[in-house]
Amino acid sequence: MLKQKLKFGIIKKVVGPVIFAESMENITMYEMVKVGLDKIIGEVIRIEGDNAVIQVYEDTTGVSPGEPVEPTGSLLSVELGPGLLNQIFDGIQRPLTVLEKDSGFFIKRGVYPDSLPRNKKWHFIPIKKVGDEVVAGDILGYVKESPLLERHAIMVPPQIKNGQISYIVEEGDYTIDETIAKIDCGSNNVVEVNMVTKWPIRKPRPIKRRVSTYLPLITGQRIIDALFPIAKGGTAAIPGGFGTGKTVMQHQLAQWADANVIVYIGCGERGNEMAEVLERFPELKDPCSGLPLINRTILIANVSNMPIAAREASIYTGMTIAEYYRDMGYDVALMADSTSRWAEALREISGRLEEMPGEEGYPAYLSSRIAEFYERAGRCEVLGSDERYGSISVIGAVSPPGADFSEPVTQSTLRVVKVFWALDTSLAQRRHFPAINWLTSYSLYKNDLDLWFAKYFPNWSSLTKEFMQILQEEEELIEIVRLVGPDALSEFQKLVLEYARKIREDYLMQHAYSPADSYCALKKNYYMMCLLSYFYNESKKLVDRGIQVSKINSLPSVQELSRMKFVSNEEFETFYLNLLERLKKDLSSLVEGVKS
Amino acid sequence: MTAKTIIAREFKTVNGISGPLLFVQGTRNVAYGEYVEIIAQDGSVRHGQVLETSFEMAVVQVFEGTGGLSREHTIVRFTGEPLRFSVSTDVIGRMFNGSGKVIDGGPPIIPKEKLDVNGSPINPKSRAYPTDFIQTGISAIDGMNTLSRGQKLPLFSGNGLPHNEIAAQIARQAKVRKTEEKFLLIFAALGITVDEARFFINSFEESGALSRSVLFINLAQDPAIERILTPRLALTTAEYLAFEEDYHVLVIITDMTNYCEALREISAAREEVPGRRGYPGYMYTDLASIYERTGRVLGKLGSITQMPILTMPNDDITHPIPDLTGYITEGQIIVDRALHRRGIYPPIDVLPSLSRLMKEAIGQNKTRDDHRELSDQLYYMYAEGRSLRELVAVVGEEALTERDHMYLRAADRFEREFVSQGRYEERSIEQTLDIGWDILSSFPESELKRISLNTIQKYHPAKRSKVS
Ligand SMILES: Nc1ncnc2c1ncn2[C@@H]1O[C@H](COP(=O)(O)OP(=O)(O)O)[C@@H](O)[C@H]1O
Ligand SMILES: [Mg+2]
Repeated sequence: MLKQKLKFGIIKKVVGPVIFAESMENITMYEMVKVGLDKIIGEVIRIEGDNAVIQVYEDTTGVSPGEPVEPTGSLLSVELGPGLLNQIFDGIQRPLTVLEKDSGFFIKRGVYPDSLPRNKKWHFIPIKKVGDEVVAGDILGYVKESPLLERHAIMVPPQIKNGQISYIVEEGDYTIDETIAKIDCGSNNVVEVNMVTKWPIRKPRPIKRRVSTYLPLITGQRIIDALFPIAKGGTAAIPGGFGTGKTVMQHQLAQWADANVIVYIGCGERGNEMAEVLERFPELKDPCSGLPLINRTILIANVSNMPIAAREASIYTGMTIAEYYRDMGYDVALMADSTSRWAEALREISGRLEEMPGEEGYPAYLSSRIAEFYERAGRCEVLGSDERYGSISVIGAVSPPGADFSEPVTQSTLRVVKVFWALDTSLAQRRHFPAINWLTSYSLYKNDLDLWFAKYFPNWSSLTKEFMQILQEEEELIEIVRLVGPDALSEFQKLVLEYARKIREDYLMQHAYSPADSYCALKKNYYMMCLLSYFYNESKKLVDRGIQVSKINSLPSVQELSRMKFVSNEEFETFYLNLLERLKKDLSSLVEGVKS
Repeated sequence: MTAKTIIAREFKTVNGISGPLLFVQGTRNVAYGEYVEIIAQDGSVRHGQVLETSFEMAVVQVFEGTGGLSREHTIVRFTGEPLRFSVSTDVIGRMFNGSGKVIDGGPPIIPKEKLDVNGSPINPKSRAYPTDFIQTGISAIDGMNTLSRGQKLPLFSGNGLPHNEIAAQIARQAKVRKTEEKFLLIFAALGITVDEARFFINSFEESGALSRSVLFINLAQDPAIERILTPRLALTTAEYLAFEEDYHVLVIITDMTNYCEALREISAAREEVPGRRGYPGYMYTDLASIYERTGRVLGKLGSITQMPILTMPNDDITHPIPDLTGYITEGQIIVDRALHRRGIYPPIDVLPSLSRLMKEAIGQNKTRDDHRELSDQLYYMYAEGRSLRELVAVVGEEALTERDHMYLRAADRFEREFVSQGRYEERSIEQTLDIGWDILSSFPESELKRISLNTIQKYHPAKRSKVS
């Protein structure tokens, strides 16, 4: 590439993470620059004449006016290639493990190790040969990246429209910097391809087209899979006050969601929560393969006391990595905890720029930025001449001040996402977890996904509708009780209340830290619904015959419903058949009691 | 990396004074965050820090406030260095004012290191997840919202509530069982009254903790802006003692509400766009730079446990100060006015209280294997009882079922027997859990859905007495 002679600018003013510089001719928007004598990294976020405004990704203490600003000629980018999985990066993709080795447990400034390991050799297996015509996105070969991702595809970079392979290495071990293929693009332009590429984080990677398919992202969380499901390639928001379970839910999804790759972004939240993932995931086993979950996971950690500009960048860093795996044809799930902290970073920087504040001090472009971010989710046909599909599901936690959902970040998010899991402080205080409010939450994928569920569980949809209807009725009955007391209820209404209580306590509540309950397979989920529904519909008949609900409730088999969640997935089918049999017997014994 | 030469520069060009801020003209190459000395006309020295710097001007916040400073006669000395605090194990047993000057009449500290008071973020990769149970001897905490070593767990309280007593009791009783390790207390007072400060100091003295503590005292009559600095001095000291000298440090900071007021004052003087209820939009990040300086680090023996105290304006938990704190800390202990009025000490409302690190701190080999199930059941029972109380208020007692009455009675007993205890009563975790079992034993087994049959068999008082 032709290197233009880059001219240094001069720092004029420093206000926290924002730096104003002059003499910045030829600078481009979002260009990465090196700031001050310590050469800390920043990004140009506004240009006015020869002046530029730079947001700086590290603490600016000690930086003073008069120091130089060095342009780099490139946009803020991430490195993409094998070695991403099983890693933890900060918001600008600095590998935290390497930082720790280099500078100890306090993060030092101005240290920029390579994002991906340079001397590690990867076993590359080519699938193309010399003479093959290729287009952008075509897979040249595979690398085994981790036990859970055997086929990391090395692709023709998107910049190459089409060409012919003039050279490709044999199967063997290579570092990411070694040339593994040469592509002749005509007019004497031969491009060398190695196993690492760079991509600017703010620019979505290109795809062929979006497709709408309706496959569920199975999460193993009963209330989600049954009542408010998310599709692969879908978008969901989890808003909730502090302590309502946003992070636990994100961790649960990162553990159990049936995606190939998980990108988990700790954005402006707690350091210990990242430490927890780092300690737990290597031990936790993937329910399908039995291999440690960390092997499919990439962590981005820019916690609350790390620089806020890097926090702003972190969600784009994570998203670009997610797109890279999607382009290989994988299902990726991305969790961002919390998008509110990202929005606050945006607000703080905007404030330093003295931009016109919008609602609650957020910049006017807040909602368009949020929309652009979620827009990068989806299921699509990816680049390449073969037909490949990949998806990115995005689940964003939102932390509304005072748990008031009317605030701008929650509202802007709800305008774009299709699933809303509303976490409720009063449920959390009663220790009803997950504290997803069943009356206000929704999933716009529900109807379409029910078609998929119907293939495996014919009455899935009607069971879930029954649950929702009973929960709604409960709400109305509680209102009556509040007004006139429980005496006013008919025996049948009491049964509805009892059924609703069982749904809430014995089904919806799911204990994240109980080994048997943390992950609920679809089959177990289904059988649990069946058992509860059976209890209700049979009891209805008994109540018709004048049998009291309290009597039904004291039957041993009915009592046992409250412990069914602690039966493991493996044992559940046997348990189900057995309990169903006993329910039948116990309930019919009551009928006989009436007859005699 | 280029080493910068450190040169101090003096200016007499104060151009404006606004609230706690000085605007100094013609400064050119003053560094952001630089430590500043301000020499008043009478020769007294104050100190400050650069908040904004440009070719034309530097904005300096003055920790002692700007009262008595004039444009003409003030000398501003930029030191070329960040604000540092001198530490060594000599600080143990000593008392400092809110800006780190020795105020106990003893000799100056012979420093081993001079550390930047703003610290650096701990690499998340280097953190060790807290797992060691700290027994506070208070059932509402140990049983229901367990504290662990390396946790940041604040007390959310209100004016006139006994949060100081609770904090002092915790400082007195907190211990990690079965260990003999180096334990230290760091106490940072931010704008509290002389009486309150005396209460703490007496209480530490009484329990013998004073000789194992470091005190930083900024009183109500002391400069308000200094409160920005005080917790940072305390935490810089804590980091040194925990990670260099292997101490287990408990840091108590009170009252964080005064800290936030100081933050707001500076923001207003800078004419920044205010965030919610007039507090600066960056308050979350600023508070995180205090609260996150807590924890354990892989390969280090020491730890920092933080217990900030804050009084919620109007007892409103949605106020930005408790709200943002709750979003950062690893739970919260709520001191409740209604319980206090009913004469319950400690008036801790366990329902909105939370310890996020509880799950790893309890169970076999830590507390007892029935702990989680028992506390889950107690939570269920108490929440149920409390909502029935509300119902009773509306429809009266008569309408309730026998089951309802059972829950109401148990919730009362829970408050009177489990939550309530003496100011000098130190309960072991076994005692705490046994009180819980005693209350639950009034229920038929079928109501104890959160507890496995195995655990019931092992710990239910009825079963246990049968065995013996
Ligand atoms: N599914 C769950 N099972 C058990 N406990 C939960 C669950 N979800 C949340 N909790 C409890 O709630 C606490 C707060 O959850 P967290 O996800 O950290 O809240 P948030 O991120 O919304 O502040 C956790 O520490 C845990 O004790
Ligand atoms: Mg959280």
